[in-house]
Amino acid sequence: MQYALLIHRTTEATPEERREVEAGVAPVLGRPYVRSWTRLHPPETATTVHGPREAPLLTDGPFIDTKEYLAGIIVIEVADLDAALAVAAELQALRPGLAIEVRPVREEVPGGG
Amino acid sequence: MAGEDAVEAAFRAHWGRVLATLVGIFRDLELAEEVAQDAFVVAAERWPREGEPANPVAWLVTVARNRGIDRIRRRAALDDRTRAIAAELARGDRRPPAEPTTFRDERLELVLTCCHPALSRAAQVALTLRTLGGLSTEEIARAFLTPVDTMSKRLTRAKHKIRTAGIPFAVPDDHQLPDRLAAVLAVVYLIFNQGWGDGRPDLAAEAIRLGRALVELMPDEPEALGLLALMLLDDARRDARQSDGVLVPLDEQDRSRWDDRQLREGRDLLERAVVRPDPGPYVVQAAIADLHLHRPRDWVQIEALYAVLSRLTGSPVVELNRAVAVAELDGPEAALAVVDTLALDGYRYYHSTRAELLRRAGRTECAAAAYARAVELAETGPERLLLARRLAELQPDRVRSR
Repeated sequence: MQYALLIHRTTEATPEERREVEAGVAPVLGRPYVRSWTRLHPPETATTVHGPREAPLLTDGPFIDTKEYLAGIIVIEVADLDAALAVAAELQALRPGLAIEVRPVREEVPGGG
Repeated sequence: MAGEDAVEAAFRAHWGRVLATLVGIFRDLELAEEVAQDAFVVAAERWPREGEPANPVAWLVTVARNRGIDRIRRRAALDDRTRAIAAELARGDRRPPAEPTTFRDERLELVLTCCHPALSRAAQVALTLRTLGGLSTEEIARAFLTPVDTMSKRLTRAKHKIRTAGIPFAVPDDHQLPDRLAAVLAVVYLIFNQGWGDGRPDLAAEAIRLGRALVELMPDEPEALGLLALMLLDDARRDARQSDGVLVPLDEQDRSRWDDRQLREGRDLLERAVVRPDPGPYVVQAAIADLHLHRPRDWVQIEALYAVLSRLTGSPVVELNRAVAVAELDGPEAALAVVDTLALDGYRYYHSTRAELLRRAGRTECAAAAYARAVELAETGPERLLLARRLAELQPDRVRSR
């Protein structure tokens, strides 16, 4: 099964902490069960498109403005939820203040029935 | 032969076992549940006429499995996974049937799935009662004073998550197993306490039945033995615990109304459990429950075991119980010194225990205030009545003027 690990930051990292996390994450990303990954710039760089279809609005900033923000997504393919949670736990242990939401991936093609 | 009773008894005895085997076959809790129900309906029709089969579990599983295969074949949109299972099962069909048919007991896998930490505790409890216990949604809703609709949604959501999120139907690795078993035991004990605290013997009996199943599945697991022993020892006093709707304290209970057979069984289990080194929290609690039943009570040992339990659990509630033993050994003031360090203001037993200690220390006014707070927090009638009576004993004038 495929799972998306949504990596949320709950506190701002110092440059040193960031280097530490990256040094821990890099080998994980090279593992065979990793299908894809994405790293995101912080939410102050975001632009949100919303509002009615006819007149969409642009907002400077993230859709949901909270202290916690989505910092990256890793998609993995493993046997079951326990295996996915084990990977999440390993990443989470890299730094306090990380929270990782594990979501099963919808594997069917949209509109494919 | 009473055919319908036999089917009812078979349901109570075999539901969890049959369902677990079917989940093992289909890897789909919802489908397994539907076809297991179908199989029991078929049994209710046939067994009274044809007699109970020699191996009822194998009979029920075979009927349900065939139904399940039919259902999978009939499904309009087959996803690849179910198609693969259907193909595999169809191949199995053509093999000559092995006689006699036996199926592996997979109830442990089932209960570990139901108590997976990715599910909320409320969902774990409901699923365990439904799958291993065989209770209907209505019965579970009634047991937890929850609307049927809410309970039904809770069960549906949990089963959907098991399937969609890929919660495994398996016994986890050794390093994860202790935590996962602890969750299973906690669910069963929570069900027991719901029944025990509210004076609901049916629910307590259900928890004991689940506890027996766990011991059967893990005969060498001391904590499973300890939990069952604990529940049996507590529940043995069920008939003596109340008199005319008022809770009766242990020392005032009519011991002739204790269930001797259940006490003996509890003590036997406890003996089996305590021979292992490093007893866990349920074994220690069962040992304490047993000590409380002896007269005179051995407060030195009771205090020592509460201290062990306190170290194991770090729970302030355990410290509160230890304080009661301290009171017996060193007097109420020494106990109050322990009690007053605990942050348990919302807990009714905190106030009733404190009240009792204050009364014994001769601090009547403080005791009355504490009893009043405990009455405020008490949920069940029998307990409120006991506390109200204690309060009245402290303040005879105020009660008379009411």
